[in-house]
Amino acid sequence: MSHNVDAIVVGGGIHGCSTALHLCLAGLKPVLIEKGYAGRHASGVNAGGVRQLARHIPEIPLSIRSMAIWERISDLLDDDCSFESFGQVLVAENEGELAVCRARVAELNALGFTHEELIDAAELRRLVPAVAETCPGGVVSRRDGAANPAQTTTAFRRKAEQLGTTVREGVAASNIRYSDGLWHVDVGTESFAAPVLVNAAGAWAGRIAAALGEPVPVETVAPMLMITSRVPHFIDPVVILRGRKLSFKQFKNGTVLIGGGHLATPDQDRNETVLDWKSLATSARTVFELFPVMRDATIMRAWAGIEARMKDDIPVFGPSARHKGLYHQFGFSLHGFQLGPGAGAVMAELIVNGGTQTRIGDLGIDRFHPSTRSKKRTS
Amino acid sequence: MTMAPKREDYDVVVIGAGPAGLAAAATSAEAGLSTLLLDENIGPGGQVFRAISSTPVTERSQLGADYWVGADLVQSLRASNAEVIHRATVWSLDRNLDIAVSIGGASAFVKAKRVILATGALERPFPIPGWTLPGVMTAGAAQTMLKSSALVPDGRTVIAGQGPLLWLLAAQILRLGGRIDRILDTTERGNYFAALPHAFAFLTSPYFAKGLSMMREVKAKVQVVSGVTELAASGDGQLASVSYVAGGKRETIPVDLLLLHQGVVPNVNLAMSAGVEHRWDDLQLCWSPVLDASGNSSVAGIAIAGDGAGIGGANAAVVRGRIAARAAVEALALATAAKLPAMATLRVDLARAERGRVFLDTLFRPAPQFRIPSGDTIVCRCEEVTAKDVLDSVAIGATGPNQLKAYRRTGMGPCQGRLCGLTVTELMAQARGKTPQAIGYYRLRAPVKPITLAELAAVPKGEADVKAVVRG
Repeated sequence: MSHNVDAIVVGGGIHGCSTALHLCLAGLKPVLIEKGYAGRHASGVNAGGVRQLARHIPEIPLSIRSMAIWERISDLLDDDCSFESFGQVLVAENEGELAVCRARVAELNALGFTHEELIDAAELRRLVPAVAETCPGGVVSRRDGAANPAQTTTAFRRKAEQLGTTVREGVAASNIRYSDGLWHVDVGTESFAAPVLVNAAGAWAGRIAAALGEPVPVETVAPMLMITSRVPHFIDPVVILRGRKLSFKQFKNGTVLIGGGHLATPDQDRNETVLDWKSLATSARTVFELFPVMRDATIMRAWAGIEARMKDDIPVFGPSARHKGLYHQFGFSLHGFQLGPGAGAVMAELIVNGGTQTRIGDLGIDRFHPSTRSKKRTS
Repeated sequence: MTMAPKREDYDVVVIGAGPAGLAAAATSAEAGLSTLLLDENIGPGGQVFRAISSTPVTERSQLGADYWVGADLVQSLRASNAEVIHRATVWSLDRNLDIAVSIGGASAFVKAKRVILATGALERPFPIPGWTLPGVMTAGAAQTMLKSSALVPDGRTVIAGQGPLLWLLAAQILRLGGRIDRILDTTERGNYFAALPHAFAFLTSPYFAKGLSMMREVKAKVQVVSGVTELAASGDGQLASVSYVAGGKRETIPVDLLLLHQGVVPNVNLAMSAGVEHRWDDLQLCWSPVLDASGNSSVAGIAIAGDGAGIGGANAAVVRGRIAARAAVEALALATAAKLPAMATLRVDLARAERGRVFLDTLFRPAPQFRIPSGDTIVCRCEEVTAKDVLDSVAIGATGPNQLKAYRRTGMGPCQGRLCGLTVTELMAQARGKTPQAIGYYRLRAPVKPITLAELAAVPKGEADVKAVVRG
């Protein structure tokens, strides 16, 4: 059976769910297709960092747009997503690292961005009392924070459905094709047709783009995280290190999440990952050195989410360079969670209005296909 | 003294030294394969033969002849060249057959060509009102104390539930001079009829005579109430009374100790975390791994033997252990397999050992009201989630156990779902009108047993780290 809808969104991560929701707010009726369930992979199992801090410059405008939505997330979703805003702190472990921080903040200020603020040892100690005494300072982004990723993605999905999105979970989108001015996608025995197709399929999006003639340099990665038993409250902000791979967050219930980008081996076809405990041990050693208070905590669980990382580490976001009605929203390269709310809003503007006030020009897929840059789109 | 594994690579690593693991390790080592047996307990035996080398109970009849069979298995293991490490907690196993094990507070990594999981069974959750009160414990926990320390209850004690282990424990407690005030038998009346067609196999099985005489022995000394259809524990911060309904009549009795038991289910955590495919077993009402006739799982190189392969009891576990080990020998050193009993012989032994099992599974299939709680009854002890909480989450969109984590953190506490997983699956299946198979189970993650951050920080550095240091 074939259904006509206003847009087809492939991928039930935070991005696909957010885009579906914002399309509904703009009066459209999309279908959201997810092969597992919403938040099954990276969007549901990431560290939950809501971070403007230390972002690549081309994605900062999108991040700032998103932050404003995060700060009123309950209004949008009727769910607080366990969002809390105690800031995020980048710790410099030595003077050399602090000098890099200083240069970065100056560069941002020159571009007109003020969310990152250089801090000295005293302010660092005030924000993160438990940090090792030898650290000379760092950078803080005070409005940043963290949320519960599974809760958030689930809330986006639920709200999108309430507002009129048709949700199909448990069956993969297949046979994606364009004919008679419409995109057609099969979902099991059903078929959907719409003038708009959004490719928000995360680690699986590169395959879709390539099949539609827009291959991009993307790899599938699986950043590992581990969580500890409950320990007495000792830290509020999210902490990341300038030099070593570590991010660190204590939740309200006392558990501590340790991440930082060490990678597991993904098995995309099995939807599985194989953890690398020797790398996780490196994270454990870093925490052991920097936060003596953590030494007796127990590791409860470790896992990895499967996601897409672009060669240039910034997402593919915006209209296709080849096909009318096709939009890409993937490749968030381990830092897409915070961008989800804003990216959905901007994507809806692109689809409905044909443009947006938010600066996203450097994120387009045409950056990988210079020949298509100035040409008129075909098909 | 800490005893780390002697090598980094083994032909066969057996995990668990209960009946299946003891038999598997001895068989594999006898055939000349380098064999490592890792076991969490302080000595061999697992749960059935717990403390077989150290129990203070010396009067053999008190623990029964079946218990002492374990001593022979330990004897053959010791006669073999298998390397055996106790107090060794395997906390990670993956599809590359990389194993992480904690021994005496230090972790080591070993790699195997074949892994035989013999991690046995767990007691099925028994989520009645008040089951989390101090003073309520599982029959298995009571039996552990009895075997390892000869400790038996001396306060007012009630045993409730059903199944062979319940009667065995009652007999053992009584023989050691312990006190039991009443046994509340929750076996559904209808189960007797359902089990009848399978009775012939049971009558001719070794379980029959032993089971019957044990029940007679217990019933001669303790009041047994059968046909119990409702059960609740209550007390203010401590168990004070047990209330039950039998034959439509409610009774409440004061107690100090309530022992609960309604059968055992495979301990699936390590196998599931390694990616082994499991399916819902509708007769045994639990998840069982998908295995071939030699115990090989869906993950190449991982076999499962013993009750972890589906509940079969100790005799079947021993044979399954030998079968899995023989399959490993055939795969790795075919020439030496000739020394071992033929596969055909082992399969005949297994069929004999499994005789009567369907009868027991049918008779002791727990009633729905004791598996699927309602209202304020706790489902997840770690996060204190009630049945109502679970149903509320289903109502607003939680579709399975993994999605439920986002709403309620069920299964995310220290027990990793061991105490709530089956309940959550069946409760959600009932609420959503689906089969447990369709609802699924928690995706389980290593560490399967928690390790300290300090212990993880102390593991030997990976090659990449070492190279980085050498390069300066």
